[in-house]
Amino acid sequence: MSFTLFMILVLNGFQYGMLLFLIAAGLTLVFGVMGFINLAHGVQFMVGAYLVYAFYGVTGSFGLALVLSLIAALAIGLIFEFFIFRHLYDRTHLDQVLATFGIIIFLNELAKVIFGPATLSIDPPDLLSGSITLTEQLRYPIYRFATIVAGLLVAVALFIIVSYTRVGMLIRAGATSPDIVSALGVNIQRLFMIVFGVGAMLAGFAGVIAAPIFAIEPGMGDNILIVAFVVIIIGGIGSIGGAFIAALLVGLVDTLGRSLSVELLSIVFSPSVANQIGPALASMLIYVLMAAILIFRPKGLLPARGVA
Amino acid sequence: MKNLRTSLSAFALCAATGTAAMAEDLKIGMVVTLSGPPAALGQQIVDGFQLALDQKDGMLGGQKTELVVEDDELKPDVALLKATSLVEREEVDIVVGTVFSNMLQAIFKPVVASETFLISPNAGPSTFAGKNCNPFFFATSYQNNQNAEVSGMIANDQGFTNVFAMAPNYQAGRDNMVGFKQTFEGTVTDEVFTPLGHQDFSAELARLSTSDAEALFTFMPGGMGVRLVKQFDAAGLSDSLKFMSVFTTDETTLPGQKDAAVGFLAAGTWAPDMDTEANNAFTSAFEEKYGYIPGSYAMQAYDTANLIDSAVAKLGGDMSDKDAVRAAIKAADFSSVRGDFAFNNNHYPIQDFHMLKVAKRDDGKFHTSFVNTIVEDYEDSFHEECQM
Repeated sequence: MSFTLFMILVLNGFQYGMLLFLIAAGLTLVFGVMGFINLAHGVQFMVGAYLVYAFYGVTGSFGLALVLSLIAALAIGLIFEFFIFRHLYDRTHLDQVLATFGIIIFLNELAKVIFGPATLSIDPPDLLSGSITLTEQLRYPIYRFATIVAGLLVAVALFIIVSYTRVGMLIRAGATSPDIVSALGVNIQRLFMIVFGVGAMLAGFAGVIAAPIFAIEPGMGDNILIVAFVVIIIGGIGSIGGAFIAALLVGLVDTLGRSLSVELLSIVFSPSVANQIGPALASMLIYVLMAAILIFRPKGLLPARGVA
Repeated sequence: MKNLRTSLSAFALCAATGTAAMAEDLKIGMVVTLSGPPAALGQQIVDGFQLALDQKDGMLGGQKTELVVEDDELKPDVALLKATSLVEREEVDIVVGTVFSNMLQAIFKPVVASETFLISPNAGPSTFAGKNCNPFFFATSYQNNQNAEVSGMIANDQGFTNVFAMAPNYQAGRDNMVGFKQTFEGTVTDEVFTPLGHQDFSAELARLSTSDAEALFTFMPGGMGVRLVKQFDAAGLSDSLKFMSVFTTDETTLPGQKDAAVGFLAAGTWAPDMDTEANNAFTSAFEEKYGYIPGSYAMQAYDTANLIDSAVAKLGGDMSDKDAVRAAIKAADFSSVRGDFAFNNNHYPIQDFHMLKVAKRDDGKFHTSFVNTIVEDYEDSFHEECQM
């Protein structure tokens, strides 16, 4: 394997990791602070992608569509919180799973009814549509670099908010002992609503920036939700810093593992056997990683109490 | 007053069902996938079949035809349930289905065991083409391996010596890989299997660019195809590498791929711009009615309806003698929009395969375009094992 190829894989790993972080950040806060299992979090990713598709079609400007999509994603998150999720906080986890699973089915079908079942796509904004020449043949799209930068900026912003602001302090306090926070006279209902809205918006943001790279289709958020759960478990539930490190780790392990597994196995096995086992093994890697980390650190890499 | 109205409508209902029963209606059950991302394929099949039905004023072979459409949700257990209910409760004369081979495998046994004819408008697994062929099963599409085999021939024709092959890691992906290698005479530099539903192809594309391949052969249906084509183009590989595929750049994915796919090669039995009278009539009527360019799925369903029409007309609407029905279907006495069409001994089609190229029309819509015929009257490689 050449050095260039390795570098491309690392970049892809980072980029995938950033995307996972944006989704996992909201998920870990909602789960950590509110103890609420929101399976519908992945569907917010899809909602973001469809929103930017719709707004891009109407406005013709990616920047404007991005802003409008974020506002709409936030609004949708708040509406769901107000009408549905709020009534589920005190219920059992099974009720929460059932209700939020229903929302997945509903929104996936709604997307199909409104936009049709076919796969859609949008072009990246003109400003970021160029590419960097890596080898004679291969170019790396600038847009992919931009997604890494966007993910980093969000991570820094979240870290500052959670670590150094009053809201952040309440979130951290709420994650460890919600009853005490409530007893101290904090409006925990409103805190939950803010956390939930921001989480939905972050997942929507991930959908928006993923839309030009990946295809937009109903159900696109379902698979990524499972990986996002892996991320928050590895990182430590409720921990933003943990989610960030775990997201990058999962992104890198998944991307590198998929490419390297076949090459490593073909040293030992024949190429056809390596081709058979490699992909199967690679898709298991992140779960093996999760199991390994849980053995040594049952609370995750950076448990919520420690860093953020 | 209200009582009178209810009894009147009840009477009308009785009258309607009464006459319907007397006219010996034809009842056709359809099992296709209409949920999730692959719903676009199932919808094409419903639309194509419905178009043929509407053109004949709701009659096939002169018989008033009722079409019952069921969604298999791409779940084998659901497909089985729906197919069983079509056969047992609805007592349909013919079942048309499915889109996906694994769904066909799920519904196959109960349908043919009840001696109901099963006609597949798309799925063409090798399982029922060889020694497990069945007198009650017909496929109007192709045998799954054939498109990939023809892709191998296209690669030979184009003079490619090194090809990078990539497919998702499941049965159909492996079948296509095998089919391609069966006919391709050059070297396959890499065989890459990706997870089903793969999102980010940049690692694979990086590997492709550092290999010595001149062309990529792939099978990436649906959303995977849209992502691959867009990312292939964004990585700047379109200038230096040829893109050959099956079920990757077709009328269901092109609206998402757009300009990125123009010039890409594909293998198929048909393209919407094939210039025959029957085909022009079909594509223009289809576009006018549904507002999109039909893909091969719609074409195959349209052909299926016309096949049933020809058979029922031949029988004068009498579906009771199963041997006669079988002979009437096997005769394939209809004009396929593809051109020549005949059934082989295993009830899979014998037909021509062509090289197709993605083109952009003047109105900005994208479609596959006929380039040249690669192989005529092509039979699948399993028919000799069929004892029927």
